[in-house]
Amino acid sequence: MNMSAIKHHIPDHLLAAYSAGNLSDAFALVVATHISMCSDCRASLEAHHMTGGIFLEDAPAQDISAGLKGDILAQLDNPFRPEPVHERRGIYPGPLNAALKAQDPIWKKLGMGVHQSILSADSEGSVRLLWIPAGQKVPDHGHNGLELTLVLQGSFSDETGFYGTGDLEIGDEDLEHTPTAGPDMPCICLAATDAPLRFKDFMPRLLQPLFRI
Amino acid sequence: MAMIAQVLISPLRHNKTGGSTVGQAQYGGRSVSEDDSKISDQTKQLLAVRDQRDKVAFAALFDYFAPRLKGVMMRSGCSSAQAEEVVQDVMLTVWRKASQFDPHRAQASAWIYQIGRNRHIDMLRKTNRPQPEELESMFEVEPDATQILALQQEAGQLKAAIQTLSHDQRDVIERAYLGELSHQEISTQTGLPLGTIKSRIRLGLERLRHELKGLR
Ligand SMILES: [Zn+2]
Repeated sequence: MNMSAIKHHIPDHLLAAYSAGNLSDAFALVVATHISMCSDCRASLEAHHMTGGIFLEDAPAQDISAGLKGDILAQLDNPFRPEPVHERRGIYPGPLNAALKAQDPIWKKLGMGVHQSILSADSEGSVRLLWIPAGQKVPDHGHNGLELTLVLQGSFSDETGFYGTGDLEIGDEDLEHTPTAGPDMPCICLAATDAPLRFKDFMPRLLQPLFRI
Repeated sequence: MAMIAQVLISPLRHNKTGGSTVGQAQYGGRSVSEDDSKISDQTKQLLAVRDQRDKVAFAALFDYFAPRLKGVMMRSGCSSAQAEEVVQDVMLTVWRKASQFDPHRAQASAWIYQIGRNRHIDMLRKTNRPQPEELESMFEVEPDATQILALQQEAGQLKAAIQTLSHDQRDVIERAYLGELSHQEISTQTGLPLGTIKSRIRLGLERLRHELKGLR
């Protein structure tokens, strides 16, 4: 993969919030996946960590209870179970492969040849994979909140530009768009929102909660 | 790598035993340069933990970071006992994940900050927050004192830049990095000098990008 081809990156306020641990799991998954594909954003994240580290160095120190250090030192040789490391699997970078529990996605039909696989959906938002046939137009839709769409395979274009593999589109209330998948291969995206999508004519709005879109 | 790491941490060891002046000593046939001696104590200690599993160095890291981590946790509303629970978890994670520390990419404080934020959130939510893939090949690179110092210098410049901010600006950016602002709040805060910070470390970013691309 040509890493330098990525044109659309994570904006600073999202990287800063990710660095501070203040993104929902759905958005954090998209950010972690993009960083796994993009050395520019990885470098920026290091810069945000550096800033956080400076505030940690300057933080007001609080006295530690007498026994804590000894307790911790006594635990250093204890056996522990290392966290499982998930590596990239096919087009799915490590964090996404972890969210998929190293299984292939289970695709469900959404209509017009579009498929989705919901990874999680709760009150904080949802994150899902979308599979769009080559050349297929996805109906005009808007957004209630913030929507992050990361291209994992293929590409799509809409009113705002061209999004190739690794590119991240940021959609908000102001974006009404009609994405069209590139002609060469199906487009697979990771999409996260903090609100239900408003499809204009994709599906009656009343059905949306049922389909969790 | 162990050999070179030994060179990097050797000033620490020498001071402890009251040994010879740092800067002229010979280790493994390689002289300890002036550069090596300027590397921060925390970075040297973390390298000693990483490469020698040095418990004395770990205890020194605990003495420096544990009270600060506790301070940050209590700022965000934890009780003293809850804060110490997080501190314990963070410091054990530092010991267990030390092999992932790369001094060319991160200062000790930046690396521990990131672990602190992750562990705090994971303990609150009882989930594992999504993390980027590790760059494994990074850890085969021999520590390069010049590069480590360049990073340290950038951090110094950033710190100086933060100190020149107005009280209000400094306060809002501190709250952002200590996890007290949502991404919406960060994006709508007027006067949040993320751009200033970014431009201050632009050169460092260029270097990091270059380095990361070399690994692909
Ligand atoms: Zn990027």
